[in-house]
Amino acid sequence: MNRFEIIPWVILFAPLGAAALVLFFGGLSKRLSAGVAIFAAVLTCVLSWMLWFTPLPAEGAGGGVGIGWIDLRPYGCNFTIEIGLLTDYLSRLMLLVVTTVASLVFVYSVGYMAKEEGYSRYFAGLCLFLFSMLGIVLAENFVMMFIFWELVGVSSYILIGHYFGKNSAAEAAKQAFTVNRVGDFGFLLGILMLWFYAGTFQFSELLGATLPLAGGNSWILAIALVLVFCGTIGKSAQMPLHVWLPNSMEGPTPVSSLLHAATMVAAGVYMLARIFPVLENSPVALTVIAWVGGITCLLAGFMGIQQNDIKRILAYSTISQLGYMVMAIGVAGNGEVSMFHLVNHAFFKCLLFLAAGSVIVGMHHEQDIWKMGGLKNKMPFTFLLMGMGALALSGVPPFSGYFSKDLIIEWAWVSNKGLFWISAGAVLLTTLYTFRLYFVVFFGPPRSDAAKKAHESPLVMILPMAVLAGLSLISGWPILAHYYIHPAHPEGVPFFVSLIIYAFLLVGMVLAGMLYFQGPKKDPVLIPFFANRFYIDDVYGWGVRVLQGGFAAICSFVDRWVIDGLVKFSAVVAWGFGFLLRLLQVGNLQAYAFYFGAGAILLFYLLLAK
Amino acid sequence: MSPLLSLIIIPLLSAVTCFLVPSRARFTAMLGTSLNFLLCVGLVVGYRPAGDGEFSFLMQWPVLPGLGIHFLLGVDGFSLVMLLLSGVVSLCAVWASPDPGKSPGLYFGNILLISAGVMGAFTSLDVFFFYAFHELALIPTFLLIGIWGSGDRQAVAWKATIYLAFGSFVLLLGLIGLFLAMPGDTPTFDMRQWIAVGRLGEINPPAWVYFALLFGFGTLVSLFPFHTWAPAAYASAPSPASMLHAGVLKKFGLYGLLRLVVPIFPGAMIEWANLLLVLIACNILYVGYVTMAQKRLDWMIGYSSVMHMGYLFLGFAGGIYNTLSLTGAGMLIFGHGLSVAALFALAGQLRAKTGTLEFSELGGLGRVMPMAGLLFGFATMASIGLPGFANFAGEVMVFFGAFAGGGEEFLNAFQVVTVAAVWGVVISAVYGLRAYRWVFFGEMPERWAGLKDCAPGALMPVVLLIVFSMIVGFYPQLLISLLTPSLLVP
Repeated sequence: MNRFEIIPWVILFAPLGAAALVLFFGGLSKRLSAGVAIFAAVLTCVLSWMLWFTPLPAEGAGGGVGIGWIDLRPYGCNFTIEIGLLTDYLSRLMLLVVTTVASLVFVYSVGYMAKEEGYSRYFAGLCLFLFSMLGIVLAENFVMMFIFWELVGVSSYILIGHYFGKNSAAEAAKQAFTVNRVGDFGFLLGILMLWFYAGTFQFSELLGATLPLAGGNSWILAIALVLVFCGTIGKSAQMPLHVWLPNSMEGPTPVSSLLHAATMVAAGVYMLARIFPVLENSPVALTVIAWVGGITCLLAGFMGIQQNDIKRILAYSTISQLGYMVMAIGVAGNGEVSMFHLVNHAFFKCLLFLAAGSVIVGMHHEQDIWKMGGLKNKMPFTFLLMGMGALALSGVPPFSGYFSKDLIIEWAWVSNKGLFWISAGAVLLTTLYTFRLYFVVFFGPPRSDAAKKAHESPLVMILPMAVLAGLSLISGWPILAHYYIHPAHPEGVPFFVSLIIYAFLLVGMVLAGMLYFQGPKKDPVLIPFFANRFYIDDVYGWGVRVLQGGFAAICSFVDRWVIDGLVKFSAVVAWGFGFLLRLLQVGNLQAYAFYFGAGAILLFYLLLAK
Repeated sequence: MSPLLSLIIIPLLSAVTCFLVPSRARFTAMLGTSLNFLLCVGLVVGYRPAGDGEFSFLMQWPVLPGLGIHFLLGVDGFSLVMLLLSGVVSLCAVWASPDPGKSPGLYFGNILLISAGVMGAFTSLDVFFFYAFHELALIPTFLLIGIWGSGDRQAVAWKATIYLAFGSFVLLLGLIGLFLAMPGDTPTFDMRQWIAVGRLGEINPPAWVYFALLFGFGTLVSLFPFHTWAPAAYASAPSPASMLHAGVLKKFGLYGLLRLVVPIFPGAMIEWANLLLVLIACNILYVGYVTMAQKRLDWMIGYSSVMHMGYLFLGFAGGIYNTLSLTGAGMLIFGHGLSVAALFALAGQLRAKTGTLEFSELGGLGRVMPMAGLLFGFATMASIGLPGFANFAGEVMVFFGAFAGGGEEFLNAFQVVTVAAVWGVVISAVYGLRAYRWVFFGEMPERWAGLKDCAPGALMPVVLLIVFSMIVGFYPQLLISLLTPSLLVP
């Protein structure tokens, strides 16, 4: 192992070490917890940048040194699960994004969490998350990715449930984990199928191994890949498993920013980009992926325009933007289109959430936007920075969102006109909910006492936001982007396609301005169907309560009164065990226990001695 | 003298000492189980595989040589894993035990007798003693439930007794049938010879022998539909008895299935695979949903342990010519034993503090009992198969093994049941997290405001169990190098 090969291992395990340190010694002092955590995050960030500038391994080279985590080959059984790190272009890019954003959020947390309970538990959770996330990024095979996929789920569970004494937080954490497990059910089955039919789950071998499947039996490949995609549906909150993400906003805001906006939820997209060459061989899978992404992108946009909680608006926006990325996997002939939007989105969405956190702290933990208003004077920096985030999210040039989102929509035009109109229409919704939020919070009159007394946040929170704002401005510029990404551009896209996108953008902005700029007291538009999220959450809640709960209750009843009774009945009657019942009536347990042991041995002896 | 004999004698002597000197019973029990635990660790560390199908630390005393019955002890990697599990769970059961109240000498003596029984069962290479030691361990289990149990303890003790007696009886018939089917003139109970004869295919016992063994061993492991004794017994039993039975003693049945049935009955296993697979699907899905409906923590843990037996049976069923699946089952035996013991230990502590395990009366305890809450979280995560714990490594191997167990045909019975088993992972997340949330998360009823966290001494055994699970979970190859050579399918 040379000194370059050790870098990814340090990157992976530094946060785990920090998590353990904070867990065991965090009680000693708050500064220690934060210090250790930030040190680990910044260390991974610096090392990731170093790794970025080391030469890439040769094409087709394996994952370097792997550890035989489960290895049955010495015993003549051809099965092995290795823990090995893949440091190709894709993982290096993702490392940069994850560690950079994580470092900034860790720093910001010092300010945000200053007065909160469970300070060291929080930082231990963040470190555990970083470890798990980096494991997904660096995984060289599907099972290893699945391992860290689950660990990410549990760190998300811990962090959403940070305020575990609140019923809503406790429910949200549980729901997030359970819904993700439903997605992982498909994911694991997909991995099993790929392994069974293609014979491998190593990413480096997967393409070659699945090529024979792409021919006559392509439906096996399609089923396997769609099942794998279920993992994305869960983790990246796509329809129909999107319900957990808005509820996950119960966690502290920096957590929402890092996990539930910038990095963790993007893991599903990263996974698809990782296996993109395999996906390309299955048009069926690509179509499914494109439509799931497209529908999610549009419906989440509709839900977003009628929410009133500042974080939930952003959560629906995250779902919608993830929909764009997922759709991009399906429509663009190249995984990097999706990754391009992932990178840009990580920066601007993280920024938006941190800004929302700043507002929430300034408002003394009020999250209803209709209690805010006029904050632009009270919180000038947050106002400015969030504005940059809003422009980037809406896709206004020259902010980053414009470059990647336009590209995706152009690809949709080439691929499928229906998806084009869906994704272009979502631009209108994006702009509408973004500026609705922005105008209501920062303009107009203050709508509550808290809004009148709001204050700007400390520098330790503003600085990370400023860095992210800078990144949101420039990360999409072609002149800079070509240093890190080369998304393919579709050919033959007519000029008016761009015009249509601009038109949607403009309409959305004008609409938001007309409705919300003047500072109405309450929302002038009320669409219960959108506000209630198409009643999907209610249907699921009913399903879990009535269908699942009812089925469980029936099973329980059957177990108690039917199975138990039948077995007892048949045991006693059919097997002629009446004498046991008579013994039962003697009622002397100790005596029976003795006879039982002695009798069994005696019986054995007699049978043999005959 | 073989060190294996000390494994049996130490708990036996400690039990006698407990009976005689009840005032120092807890100390004696701690001392005895600690010694045994260290001995088990020493054996595992010092073990060098003797060769394919060979056993180490052998010792043999003739008992009834005319019948082929010898007191024959010996271990290979698989039995060592079982011994390690028995050693650590025995120690933790004593350590985590709440104050028994009445007759501590008898109480701890009985726990030690269970420990002696399982040590004997997992070291015996003679089928007669293998069976007898298991019976020896069952009797004190019934006594612990009947005397120190909670709720309707007498009735529950009887129910468990009848079920397990029935299971043992059927098992006995099966073993006798197998004995009679042995080729050759010299009678033998030597397990090594049974296995060797089975591997060579020189034995063809009638089908009823297979069923007697399957349902005999199966009832002891709570195979559907012979499982209803388990949750009732675990809920009523004092926590050390639940820990030892669910964690270790129950695994005797699986040990027997993997050890004896797999090499001797490959034909019957293939022929009747579908029947077993249906039962396994019920064990996982049906019992899983029953678990979901439970309203008490101890019942929930009890049913969850029944459900998880489905995975183990799946590993066994998939294990026809399938080393991967068998190794997974072995790994999962270890992981499940640790996690269920940890859960029962914590439930016992909780009951001692609150006097209730009804979900509706608990809630928000994480605020007043942070350490217990943290450890309960670890144990729950281990039990629902989170990576990093031994259970996950076992489950993954079982899934991969069983998925491939049925050949190339798309959606064959093995694949269908594997799909059901993977869905079981979702079910266990639902009930596991729900229990955790109902006990430790959310608003806390006023009456628990004055509750104190468990003493560090009471939590140490749980830490020990979790640490063991995590060591294996982080690097499963440690156990695989022990398990696989013994379970190897030639």
